[in-house]
Amino acid sequence: MSIEQTLNDQLALHLRVNDLYADYAHTLDDDRLEEWPGFFTENGIYRIVTRENRELGLPLSVIYCDGRGMMIDRITAMRTANVYEPHVYCHATSDVRVLDANNGEIRTRSNFTVLRTMTSGETSIFACGRTFETLIEEGSKLRLRERIVVLDSRRIDTLLVIPL
Amino acid sequence: MAQTSAHNSDFVWPHKDSSRAPFQVYTDPQLYALEQERIFRGPVWNFLGLTCEIPNPGDYKTTFVGDSPIILSRGADGAINALVNRCAHKGALVCYKPRGNVSEFTCVYHNWTYSLAGDLTGVAFKKGVGGKGGLDADFDQSEHGLERLRVEVYGQLVFGTFSNETPPFAQFIGEELCANIDRVFVKPLKVLGYHSQVLPNNWKLYAENNKDSYHASLLHVFHNTFGVVRPNMGGGVKISPNGWHHLSYTVRNSDANDAVGAEKVRSLKDSYKLNDVRMMEHALELGDLTTNAIQTVFPTLVVQQILNALAVRQILPKGHERTELIWTILGFEGDDAQMQELRMQVNNLVGPAGLISMEDGCVGGWVQRAAGADPRAMTIMPMGGSGIEASEGSRVTEAAVRGFWTGWRALMGV
Repeated sequence: MSIEQTLNDQLALHLRVNDLYADYAHTLDDDRLEEWPGFFTENGIYRIVTRENRELGLPLSVIYCDGRGMMIDRITAMRTANVYEPHVYCHATSDVRVLDANNGEIRTRSNFTVLRTMTSGETSIFACGRTFETLIEEGSKLRLRERIVVLDSRRIDTLLVIPL
Repeated sequence: MAQTSAHNSDFVWPHKDSSRAPFQVYTDPQLYALEQERIFRGPVWNFLGLTCEIPNPGDYKTTFVGDSPIILSRGADGAINALVNRCAHKGALVCYKPRGNVSEFTCVYHNWTYSLAGDLTGVAFKKGVGGKGGLDADFDQSEHGLERLRVEVYGQLVFGTFSNETPPFAQFIGEELCANIDRVFVKPLKVLGYHSQVLPNNWKLYAENNKDSYHASLLHVFHNTFGVVRPNMGGGVKISPNGWHHLSYTVRNSDANDAVGAEKVRSLKDSYKLNDVRMMEHALELGDLTTNAIQTVFPTLVVQQILNALAVRQILPKGHERTELIWTILGFEGDDAQMQELRMQVNNLVGPAGLISMEDGCVGGWVQRAAGADPRAMTIMPMGGSGIEASEGSRVTEAAVRGFWTGWRALMGV
């Protein structure tokens, strides 16, 4: 394969991965949360963990979904059962990197900041950190086999209900 | 209770009993300052940590008692020490990391050193330089150690107190409530992780929330919404005779090893079904049929068993309108991979994003915001009478909340 061809492939993959990150963020920030589980494979894993627990080698997650069913349950619970003050997120994703792509599995990472705005108008930095993903191709779509959101802070203000 | 106080408070409890509390208790910075002295530095056992967090000589972790920064350390002799994390010299934090292992503590500001038990062991340039400067000959190092708390280890829980009057822990909470700690922490514990949740409210609103068995099924409607309610659940509320501490528990009738299949639970609403019930499964591991047990140790500890989600929650006041809640999520040494996975699943129910607990993160703030406008108006706690009696078979009572105020008033002298 020529150098040009390799570069083209890399560029194409990078654009696809970037589009996936953008679509994911827009889906959450637009409050189209029912579409969120669809970013994952059927058995996909979603975790929010803290940097502290990860560095201590502790297994606890803030949210742990093993499979799309649990993600759907999270969203149903949020819509029908859980009580919280209405708020929206604005994700700012940066430094997206394809780490490697082998045997149909693509590993990526990014940095993120999430601003949270309450209906009162108060905007605050709710979370920042890093994400680590494993993607696979299903049909013509890239889907998340795993997304691990690593919060830099151990502290969560008030509560966490909308996925990151 | 000694009433000599650095703070003057003209606060008077405005009701004949503890079934009313003025909103001022949540909003008054002077009362907050008084609590530091009379409650957190008073005759109570403050939760500091678990023995498994500092297993080896030289291990330490930092925490708080009220506003006081604390170091919990294990000495070379294996004994556990609780020290105020404040150098005897300029008052800087001696430990500024959350945990570690050291042979001695060194305050980096002027290099004063302390033993793991808090004794001052070294002063930099003690003799000055070239015969000039340094300490006077009559400076007694033994008088300038780190301030020590009395420590008691109950089971695997470590408590500290500033007061010489605090009775032994078992007497402090009483035999009946000790029994639940013994019941839950039956094997050597291991930490599975930490959460920290910042609550936009006075610490007492969260302390009360844990004692408020009345709100549980009303605010946290996850179980009912998804119809995951086991039939024939019993339970009740136990309260220490002085009212300060409590246990709210739920017991199921059947020991049929229930993977909570949809067929085994009563469906209240057919409209919502869980796609995945793994987080509702319960492996009986404590030798009884108790499914939920929430226990408080006045003022700031919660011991939690929710199915197989075991935890201690430590309530840290951070000013009169802010609280940090530290969740230490636990398992047992010897848990196999399947058990650990089950605990991780069940932990979706609790914590800052917990499906049955997240609401507690915001309701206190709603009280706090509404309470400020009229500090003399009162919250009322009429459910189940006006006393602090235990309740068998029903959790529709605010007796344990009244018990909290009974304890608060006794210590505050109001």
